[in-house]
Amino acid sequence: MQLAYTTEEQAFREEVGSFIRDNLPADVRDKVLNGKTMGREDYLRWHRLLYERGWVAPHWPVEHGGAGWTAVQRHIFEDECAEAGAPPVIPFGTTMCGPVIIRFGNDWQKQYFLPKILSGEHVWCQGFSEPGSGSDLASLRTKAVREGDHYIVDGQKTWTTSAHFADWIFNLVRTDPAAKKQEGISFLLIDMKTPGITVRPIVTMDGSAEINEVFFDNVKVPAKNLVGEENKGWTYAKFLLGNERTGIARVGASKRELKKLKEIASNEREGGRPLAASPRFRDKIAALEVELMALEITNLRMIAAMRGGKGPGPESSILKLKGSDIQQRLAELVMEALGPYAMPFQREAMEAGWNEEPIGPDYAAFAAPHYFNNRKISIYGGSNEIQRNVIAKMMLGL
Amino acid sequence: MDFDFSEEQRLLDETVRRLVKDEYDIVKRKSYIAAPEGFSRKLWARYAELGLLGLPFAESEGGFGGSAVETMIVMESFGRGLVVEPYLAAIVLGAGLVSLAGSAAQKRAILPQVASGKRLLAFAHGERQSRYALADVETTASREGGGWVLDGRKGVVLNGDSADTLIVSARSAGTSRERRGITMFLVDTKAKGVGIRGYPTVDGLRAAEVTLESVRVAGDAVLGEPDGAYPVIEHAVDRALAALCAEAVGIMETLNAVTLDYLKTRKQFGVPIGAFQALQHRMADMVVEHEQAKSMAMLAALSADLTDVAERRRVISAAKVQIGKSGRFVGQQSIQLHGGIGMTEEYLAGHYFKRLTMIEQSFGDTDHHLNRFAEVTLPAG
Ligand SMILES: Cc1cc2nc3c(=O)[nH]c(=O)nc-3n(C[C@H](O)[C@H](O)[C@H](O)COP(=O)(O)OP(=O)(O)OC[C@H]3O[C@@H](n4cnc5c(N)ncnc54)[C@H](O)[C@@H]3O)c2cc1C
Repeated sequence: MQLAYTTEEQAFREEVGSFIRDNLPADVRDKVLNGKTMGREDYLRWHRLLYERGWVAPHWPVEHGGAGWTAVQRHIFEDECAEAGAPPVIPFGTTMCGPVIIRFGNDWQKQYFLPKILSGEHVWCQGFSEPGSGSDLASLRTKAVREGDHYIVDGQKTWTTSAHFADWIFNLVRTDPAAKKQEGISFLLIDMKTPGITVRPIVTMDGSAEINEVFFDNVKVPAKNLVGEENKGWTYAKFLLGNERTGIARVGASKRELKKLKEIASNEREGGRPLAASPRFRDKIAALEVELMALEITNLRMIAAMRGGKGPGPESSILKLKGSDIQQRLAELVMEALGPYAMPFQREAMEAGWNEEPIGPDYAAFAAPHYFNNRKISIYGGSNEIQRNVIAKMMLGL
Repeated sequence: MDFDFSEEQRLLDETVRRLVKDEYDIVKRKSYIAAPEGFSRKLWARYAELGLLGLPFAESEGGFGGSAVETMIVMESFGRGLVVEPYLAAIVLGAGLVSLAGSAAQKRAILPQVASGKRLLAFAHGERQSRYALADVETTASREGGGWVLDGRKGVVLNGDSADTLIVSARSAGTSRERRGITMFLVDTKAKGVGIRGYPTVDGLRAAEVTLESVRVAGDAVLGEPDGAYPVIEHAVDRALAALCAEAVGIMETLNAVTLDYLKTRKQFGVPIGAFQALQHRMADMVVEHEQAKSMAMLAALSADLTDVAERRRVISAAKVQIGKSGRFVGQQSIQLHGGIGMTEEYLAGHYFKRLTMIEQSFGDTDHHLNRFAEVTLPAG
């Protein structure tokens, strides 16, 4: 047992660090560090830089443009990027749809889509959830009927992150209404510009517009956009959700937020002294930091286990549970640190380029909205209740 | 011992419940918020007609002589409907301060106008550096001739942008954070040198940053005893805390009701999600928290005017701690149990959750009140 990184791994960390220092655009970094609204182009500028360096989808097989890294290298890379304030690569193409196409797609799909996912030409979104099908995803009802060399898609997806700026959506659709619910589902790739698709934004309680409803009315999709076999979509979706779990602990991003929390707590005053000196508040930060340390090592243990070639198992639910909890607590403490100045609602201040005088300190505008927005982390990607069910069932056999 | 309402209190409860039920839902609330002042003047006039605006002060002062229990009854229903009118700022705090500290002439001039809805008050007390410490006042008041000159800044003044008259606290003697040496003044919001920057708050209310630049007021603008405002401020804020506890309890009641309803109607895996034991237990805990909070809100209402100040502090702070803890649990879990719907601006739960969250950070958060409670119960010697 030994914790230190090898010399090669340390050299790799430095290589990544210096790449970020030399390339990450300052304004994008500022948006990430200060929690400002990010647009498509903000994500894509960094995406393209990573692409040019060959690092945009490091986990892909090398022949498709992956970096051939070990699990540890990938972790180092993600950690460095998050801590430095690089935006995450939008996961829908590189982490979700890409690996499904690589594993189950046909040759045309590989040749057409993979390079465009890598280059950032295509931004993807994920059309899984529906109004009636969230945790019980397999009950989904959006249907696709085969007509000649097309499918006709009708139905509705919801909570679809980034659908308002995505070029493509990967959809789970029902192709056999008679089969058992998991067995009649197919995995279909749909161009968002196809006639019959309507995207309607959903504003979340913090005032941001990152999710959408997507309506499909008689949408004609070429049959060659079907991934793998008809009615085998559930298998592919499970494969995809397994991939989604890597990096789910978000240790790097939480380290960055912890640093910010400490800065804010040092800057805010209580009774003339920094809030960071208040025993109650210090204790809360310290206790959270301990949790984060434990999660980092838990994460590393699972990554080390993957080094032996094992995929991420149900243990990744542990990472999702603790990771979401820590992210939510961090946002909560930032909001608490602001005291009464968490109250002013300054939505405009969250847009880049806003340069009026803020109400309270310049970090105040973000505190409460982030806290409200972060409640989503324990809901999406398999709610925390579902994660506990997975642990109970898959790990414990209960 | 008895926790029942008197006949008059029962009537008040019924009246306010019905009013809120008729006049408030999440869509109507949005339209009230859209008004320039962020609330409905029409409803304010209704409250005046019903006597709510004169409720917390004596009949001899033009009010209806209600106690903190009556305020609790009103605020709990206001919580149930998530009312946005400035009852806390203008009535509980504003009129409360005038009634506690004002001269006979000041009360005569102000309180009947407040009760009729013609005059709005706001309490301009907190400052950027003060956080929740009530004695941390750096705005200055210096004597000039027979009057005073005020200079400084006040922050997050609830409904400060719609008030006609501000009650401004300022340091007239002593060093910063000293309890002695604070004086309150009645300041017309249109007076020269008063700057008001109003804004919405994250929970749908309004507040303002107030600047005072060489604001000159006459000698009779002093509210209460010069240099001796602290005990009055603390008392008025304790009443406000009791009122906030009641509002929070009303909010929790609604959140629990809509969440329970959702557990019964939302189906996943072929059954209502309320069939899952994990959610049953969560919901049961939410109900336990609401009951605990309700108990403490009642205790707070019964103690908000205790003459034993140490005991009043102990109880009010205990109530605020309980409400903070219960409110956080109920708020977070009600969103969680709704899944994606809970996150949306369109659905009501988020609005209740946001207000509940901000109540925790009003007039002292849980940490602040744990300290204040412990100072009474565990004096460090
Ligand atoms: C901000 C945000 C972004 C999202 N982005 C996307 C996206 O891009 N693409 C996409 O397809 N989806 C997306 N989602 C949808 C997300 O995956 C679903 O919200 C999630 O699966 C939960 O489904 P639901 O909202 O229908 O809640 P429900 O499944 O109705 O759950 C309601 C409550 O019941 C609980 N529950 C359900 N079943 C059980 C059970 N068996 N045992 C115990 N408790 C249970 C849940 O944990 C939850 O607390 C997003 C959601 C949010 C909030």
